[in-house]
Amino acid sequence: MADMKQLARLIKELEDQLVVCMRCGMCQAVCPLYAETGREADVARGKLALLEGLVQEMFKDPKGVNERLMRCLLCGSCSANCPSGVKVLDIFIRARAILTGYMGLHPLKKAVFRGMLARPQFFDRLMEWASRLQGIFVKPVDDLLGASCGRLLTPLGERHIKALAAPPFHMRVKPGSTSPRAAGLRVAFFVGCLIDKVFPNVGEAVMRTMEHHGVGVFLPEDFACCGIPALSSGDAAAFDKLVHYNLQRFAAEPFDFLITACATCTSTIKKLWPLMAWKLSLEAQEQVSAIAAKTMDVSQFLVDKVGVRQADTKSGDQKVLLTYHDPCHLKKSLGVASQPRTLLQANSRYRFKEMIEADWCCGMGGSFNLQHYGISASIGKRKRDNIVQSECETVATSCPACMLQMTDMLSQAGDRVQVKHAIEIYAESLP
Amino acid sequence: MKALIEEFEKVLGKDNVFQDEADLATYSYDAAVLDPVLPSLVLRPTSSEALGKVVGMCNEHALPLTVRGAGTNLSGGTIPKSGGVVLLTNALNRILEINEEDLYAVVEPGVVTAKFAAAVEAKGLFYPPDPGSQAVSTLGGNVAENAGGLRGLRYGVTRDYVMGLEFFDANGELVKAGARTVKCVTGYNLGGIMVGSEGTLGVFDKIILKLIPMPPARKAMMAIFNDINKASETVSAIIANRIVPVTLEFMDNFTIRAVEDFSHAGLPVEAAALLLIEVDGHPVQVEEDAEKVESLCRRLGAMSIRVARDATERDKVWEARRAALSALSRIKPTTVLEDATVPRSRVPAMIRSIEGIAREFNLTIGTFGHAGDGNLHPTILTDRRNHQEWERVEKAIESIFDRALSLGGTLSGEHGIGMAKSRFMEKETSRATIVYSRRIKAALDPKNILNPGKIIGD
Ligand SMILES: Cc1cc2nc3c(=O)[nH]c(=O)nc-3n(C[C@H](O)[C@H](O)[C@H](O)COP(=O)(O)OP(=O)(O)OC[C@H]3O[C@@H](n4cnc5c(N)ncnc54)[C@H](O)[C@@H]3O)c2cc1C
Ligand code: SF4
Ligand code: SF4
Repeated sequence: MADMKQLARLIKELEDQLVVCMRCGMCQAVCPLYAETGREADVARGKLALLEGLVQEMFKDPKGVNERLMRCLLCGSCSANCPSGVKVLDIFIRARAILTGYMGLHPLKKAVFRGMLARPQFFDRLMEWASRLQGIFVKPVDDLLGASCGRLLTPLGERHIKALAAPPFHMRVKPGSTSPRAAGLRVAFFVGCLIDKVFPNVGEAVMRTMEHHGVGVFLPEDFACCGIPALSSGDAAAFDKLVHYNLQRFAAEPFDFLITACATCTSTIKKLWPLMAWKLSLEAQEQVSAIAAKTMDVSQFLVDKVGVRQADTKSGDQKVLLTYHDPCHLKKSLGVASQPRTLLQANSRYRFKEMIEADWCCGMGGSFNLQHYGISASIGKRKRDNIVQSECETVATSCPACMLQMTDMLSQAGDRVQVKHAIEIYAESLP
Repeated sequence: MKALIEEFEKVLGKDNVFQDEADLATYSYDAAVLDPVLPSLVLRPTSSEALGKVVGMCNEHALPLTVRGAGTNLSGGTIPKSGGVVLLTNALNRILEINEEDLYAVVEPGVVTAKFAAAVEAKGLFYPPDPGSQAVSTLGGNVAENAGGLRGLRYGVTRDYVMGLEFFDANGELVKAGARTVKCVTGYNLGGIMVGSEGTLGVFDKIILKLIPMPPARKAMMAIFNDINKASETVSAIIANRIVPVTLEFMDNFTIRAVEDFSHAGLPVEAAALLLIEVDGHPVQVEEDAEKVESLCRRLGAMSIRVARDATERDKVWEARRAALSALSRIKPTTVLEDATVPRSRVPAMIRSIEGIAREFNLTIGTFGHAGDGNLHPTILTDRRNHQEWERVEKAIESIFDRALSLGGTLSGEHGIGMAKSRFMEKETSRATIVYSRRIKAALDPKNILNPGKIIGD
């Protein structure tokens, strides 16, 4: 019991944010997880009540609360729709860190986060091995989608995952920097793990686009993970290490904006780095807020800063029908929704068509997919159904994690729909 | 208890019986500002048959039972009795029939209001009751609270759409009330007593709802006043001119300021009151009514009027009203949403009283609501952790009730009595009313298992 008192004291840090929830229940309307399960512990209101319960010392054991807190896509749909403006994600992230700090990190996760992510070079090497070896474990099932399904019984079960790209982006493109030309702008490119290791072609499309527009690019050596896998598992120590590592890398050269093609990286750098920065040194805190202020999604950069516009669509060519999925971390977390659509419509080879529920979560939720594959897949199926119903041949999005999930869902259902990143579609239109 | 839990698991399946302390805690509250109470068990039936069985089993073991829809009620109606059972209806969520010839629908109680309204609209029909919580609230919860909404003035409240009900009594026996016909005088009007019964007299299993044709046209406008009296006179004049708008919403100066701060919609922050008016019907009549309303507003002293010319402008007009609760609730941590209601003509007097009460108890209160039907939402903004202030809030609430009653009004226009207001019931009614109600309850539910303590107290 004494222990629960101590935990209550720790969680009390969050009290000012917790009390903002008026228990109106409106988050039920938008929570992708609750839509599948109908369990109050899965929706924001329920989880907030559980945290409040910890403050009130309502429970004998924090385990039940922790489990339920971890069962969440961190998609932010609840926050974006909350009439009371509860900062649900901030609360959940901080609570996960407190609870994990208190209860200890699962040893396997500890090995992964502390060992691999927080030591980027080692992680890279490991993934290279995995990529070379995977031919043995996975066989291509769908060339169009580039998905592979497990040939042997691997821990990944039913998934049709995209094969790890051999070789990764960081081996295809040399680090270094180019100077700005026409645009007079220089960006730092934060590649991110998934683009580096699974979708290097997206990274290449970014490079090609910047080159085309005369935007200078600074690509640091040995870039690391943005830290979200560690932070969402409550491993604040590994997260801090990664933030530090990244700060050092990006301090090396000046740039106007830090761009990413990964909605999750963008929102992590913009929102979560500053959220968790309070315990860093003052100097590091300043660095964090400076970088956060300069960070933006690549489509936002191209439309707002470079001035990319929709193409005139007079040509009567046969057009490919294209739709767009809003990554939660872009639309709900950062309010970026129109720019990727503009980017897509800058390529006149395609005809853009909205699908219904374009901003309903795809169900990926990072490690949520690994831990709760069944629910993740049923949320993904709703997305898949909406894509198929739109009758589009291609679905674009702005986050490699969403790309993985949609590929998995479409491939399992045997649909011939291509999954692409918005920047790939745009890059196709360049001479 | 263990044996009983196994019985429940047999009927419902293991997945639909929650007993973990963390799960129980998530069914200990609703949207009312009241302390949570833990149930001992949460059950989720997935069929009518299981629902009836479970009710019967609770009765047999004298287990207090609280039905829960979306848990959005504002009066503590779904806060269980300590150690009791919470019964979830959200797995009973099928629309069983939408009958376009006879204009009715049959639904299970867990159907979400907005989903139902959309399904009905897809067939060109209309289900008017639209509580602010409709995106999540359930039809069972709407019937049990007799929920209102923005369209009450012209189209009435949930009660006006309930043609029939099938419900389980305390023994778990199925009782049928009403019919699928417009007229029905077969037996007592049992549906009448079930509507608004807050889960204390029976558990709804099926609801037959009346539908109406979708009005083909509508038009919205916003009128701004520098004097509450003028706004109120306008409301009366509109109705005296035989125009019944779908909605006639009101916002006071505090709310206008809050909304403007929040959404920068360009509202005049110096205005004393704002009316949002929408008329509907046949296109020609809508145009005519809208013109009449506009000229009435002008004649009675509106400072300015904004008429929505198309759907986007209409949306803009409504945005202000939709933002009201959000804008207010962000000002302080705790939001207490009241719904004392007075006869339409007494709205200005009530608003002045609320302003007086805010001053007397040194509290922040913003008022908005349904001016057309006298249903105001004085919204007290506070921080529940501040005990001193909270005491004043409680006193202020009581004063608001007293004032509403002295103006010939009622404690609650639409949010229900639940636990929050049960002790004030006698003020509005009489001792005999409470005793009479308790006798009904005792006769129908001798073991007092159905949502005990709600409405009429213990
Ligand atoms: C933001 C917000 C806005 C709101 N706006 C309005 C509004 O405009 N108008 C209005 O009237 N109300 C409003 N409300 C209050 C509330 O949403 C309504 O009372 C609604 O009808 C409750 O529905 P529910 O499904 O959440 O029911 P619950 O809260 O789950 O239950 C309400 C009551 O119904 C009983 N009940 C539920 N299902 C059954 C059943 N199958 N059989 C028997 N009893 C049952 C419960 O026991 C309880 O007593 C609002 C609430 C919020 C939070
Ligand atoms: S998180 Fe927001 S939407 Fe959900 S119950 Fe709390 S206040 Fe309402
Ligand atoms: S973050 Fe997403 S999954 Fe988690 S509670 Fe909010 S809406 Fe639900």
